[in-house]
Amino acid sequence: MFFVAAVLALAGALGVVRLRNPFYSVLALVAHLVALATLFLLLRAQFLAAAQVVVYAGAVMVLYVFVVAYIGGQEEPMRGEGGLIGSFGPLFAAALGIELCIAILGTGLDAVDSRGPDVGAGFGSPAQVGALLLQKFLVPFEAASYLLLVAAVGAVVLARRRRGLEESEARSPVGEAG
Amino acid sequence: MDVAWFLVLSAFIFCIGIAGVLTRRNPLVVLLCLELMLNAGNLALIAFARMHGGAAGQVFALIVMVIAACEVVVGLGIIVALYRHRLPIDVDELSELRG
Repeated sequence: MFFVAAVLALAGALGVVRLRNPFYSVLALVAHLVALATLFLLLRAQFLAAAQVVVYAGAVMVLYVFVVAYIGGQEEPMRGEGGLIGSFGPLFAAALGIELCIAILGTGLDAVDSRGPDVGAGFGSPAQVGALLLQKFLVPFEAASYLLLVAAVGAVVLARRRRGLEESEARSPVGEAG
Repeated sequence: MDVAWFLVLSAFIFCIGIAGVLTRRNPLVVLLCLELMLNAGNLALIAFARMHGGAAGQVFALIVMVIAACEVVVGLGIIVALYRHRLPIDVDELSELRG
């Protein structure tokens, strides 16, 4: 089960990077996210797996699809193969991957090579995560909610139609073709 | 399945995301690759939560998902604003802040 989900997740990630059309990239990312949700289930994180599918693969990806459809999914050429970054980027990523693997496999943490301790049936359930969120992590929770509010307001301000300040003050009709 | 497998997978996904951010030119795809990297971080956090047997790591992952949503919203807002101003949708050409 792990290997099926892992291969799917890696294929989805490679698809995001390699596919030319941004629309197909978004669809590859959806497949990647669903495979990751399976991995979360294997790690006994039921609530997060459900949130991953519903919020991420559902809502956030719909936002992406809308924007890709809005600006038009034009196919782009890759960065020139002869360019400095074009050749250096994958090399850097491969070096970092090897380094991380050495760090993980050579770690002194014994528990990394185990399946983890036995946990009760309620591990990762919404009840447990919610109790932690509202008791121990209340301040980060509130900060995250304010961050969401600020981000929503900021996105509206950024993407607003503006043709000079006086017009935006006068509230030009929103349904105008554009 | 050992926790180390999950960590290695998370490292690979993170590196694929880095390669994408460095090589792609469409800002939409760059945002998608940032999502990949955040998800790799999430996977590592949840794997460590399983390793410790505590759910705190899952709360961290939930907060990371919130941050990712904020980043997507602001990033897509910027891209829509670029499109409205008839600017090229290409990170190589967009190298200055002046709007």
